[in-house]
Amino acid sequence: MGGASSMFGHLLVAPIALPLATGMILVLLGRQKLALQRTVSVAVTTVGVAVAIVLAVSAAGGDYTVYRLGDWPAPAAIVLVLDRLSALMVLLTAVVALGSLAYACLGTDRKGSHFHALFQLQLAGLNGAFLTGDLFNLFVFFEVLLIASYCLLLYGGGASRLRAGLHYVTLNLVGSALFLIAVGLLYAVTGALNMADLSLRVAQVAPSDAALLRTAGLLLFVVFGLKAAVLPLYFWLPRSYAAATGPVAALFALMTKVGVYSILRVSTLIFGPLAGPAADLALPWLLPVALATQAAGVLGAVAARDLRRLQAYLLITSIGLMLAGIGLFSQGGLSAALYYLVHSTLIIAILFLLVDTISRQRGPSGPRLRPAAAVAQPALLGILFFVASMGVVGLPPLSGFLGKALVLAATPMDGRGIWLWSVTLTAGLLSLVACSRAGSIVFWSTTATSPAHRRATDESRAASAMTTTDGPTLDGANWRTAPVIALLGAVLLLSALAAPATRYTAATAQQLLTPAGYVNAVLPPR
Amino acid sequence: MEVLMASAIGLLTGAGVYLILRPRTFSVIFGLTLVSYAVNLYLLATGRVRAATAPILGPGTSDYADPLPQALVLTAIVIGFGMTAFLVVLALRARITLRTDHVDGRE
Repeated sequence: MGGASSMFGHLLVAPIALPLATGMILVLLGRQKLALQRTVSVAVTTVGVAVAIVLAVSAAGGDYTVYRLGDWPAPAAIVLVLDRLSALMVLLTAVVALGSLAYACLGTDRKGSHFHALFQLQLAGLNGAFLTGDLFNLFVFFEVLLIASYCLLLYGGGASRLRAGLHYVTLNLVGSALFLIAVGLLYAVTGALNMADLSLRVAQVAPSDAALLRTAGLLLFVVFGLKAAVLPLYFWLPRSYAAATGPVAALFALMTKVGVYSILRVSTLIFGPLAGPAADLALPWLLPVALATQAAGVLGAVAARDLRRLQAYLLITSIGLMLAGIGLFSQGGLSAALYYLVHSTLIIAILFLLVDTISRQRGPSGPRLRPAAAVAQPALLGILFFVASMGVVGLPPLSGFLGKALVLAATPMDGRGIWLWSVTLTAGLLSLVACSRAGSIVFWSTTATSPAHRRATDESRAASAMTTTDGPTLDGANWRTAPVIALLGAVLLLSALAAPATRYTAATAQQLLTPAGYVNAVLPPR
Repeated sequence: MEVLMASAIGLLTGAGVYLILRPRTFSVIFGLTLVSYAVNLYLLATGRVRAATAPILGPGTSDYADPLPQALVLTAIVIGFGMTAFLVVLALRARITLRTDHVDGRE
């Protein structure tokens, strides 16, 4: 196990096994013993954060840790591989999950049964996708996280969720079929499914099979593009994410990152510059698609008439920017994209949670952008919304600005640079306009002390006073900002510790651009 | 044999894609099922279409079928079955709640 002690070696399977086992046990409880479910779920997720930190520290040195499931030798069996990138993604998942879960425990998880079980199963799927070193196993973990996400999207019920759910499920089933076709084709051409093995074998594919290989690779990118929500494939996202409950949408901010992660992994490890007939397969596509995604996302944000849709479109805009960084395919570009990925995932999760609180306090108008009753906590929510918007737009001094500046600085000043600079800066300006407009309407354009306002305030008071038999006394509307502030703390930490963070992402980028290390760690010596 | 397999996969995929693009949830589910059949057949074919070979390598056998695509197909069948079951329940729920079986949830 990569020379590590056996105890540490087994730690690598914990981010998958722990939530999976917890989820299975919690399924049995249903609606029963909500307090117990919350305790177990929060405890396991907290342990997950600790495990992720240990894994990230061990990966930071640049070592690969390989966990052979069942101790079968690679490439015949499935391996889990920990490198800097997967450690970063697992840590990010754990932090965002803990924030969303804490928020959900303040009342959202009451709306139906099995919230905590589904949440844990989704975590298992996410971590599995980030850690696996096998392409078919990646498909399996995609399905695990998707089936959990279908149920989480529908969580709470209602017509709009059913409408969005039907499209989301159908689209992802088609995506899964395409994934299987791509994996099958890749296996037929190369005879391998282990990603390290594939990395070696794609270069040796016979010229007569080169077209098939390229087809398989590009199909894979289509599937990952669907998950990441890039331009022609993002239309499912605003509707679904706007329909989902706040904490679920915050967790879903991670799901698009699975697509980005897969694009990054496959384009560096399998279809890199050394891939022979399929060398740099995605390179001509990535940057134009990313810039178009950014443009389309920000136009959607400006046109949005609903706070949740606004955040969903800002999410698409941020995907565009990080894919543009990846599309540069240089160490600087990858490093900047990774730093921005961490920032944007956190900030989008914060905004989804915040919008949920704001909508609850605005009474019947909810998230719609029209003059309505003032929120019950205008100063606190106003400041939080202002800071979070600054983060998502990319204004200094938050990490969003740093991330954007790093991507721009990494762009070479040729044709690509002109496009990237102009699209990114225009998108930044337009998202500033969209966020300012939303903030002004929500916090300033209020119908003063309307009956709705009083009712909403009363509701939140009633909610905070409510103590039921199975809920802890913490249960209340006034605590909802606590997880938001905690996640915002993580963003501030990322901004304050920008130097070590960018050192880590730069080392990650360097590791990604030298896939030989990955291959040598996974495969037995040849 | 190969022609038969290829045309079966093509026919299933074509019919499946057509049905997925229909406006009623029943047709869409039926289409997705056909596409998943096509994908399963296709996965099986990635191990080369051969008859009368040993299912697995053993002592004294040199001509054996590739066992990996079979394992992949088994996994794909199980997952596809579960997903279809979920979609059927979802479509029924949508039909009852939204009072229509149109895929957009409204006529």
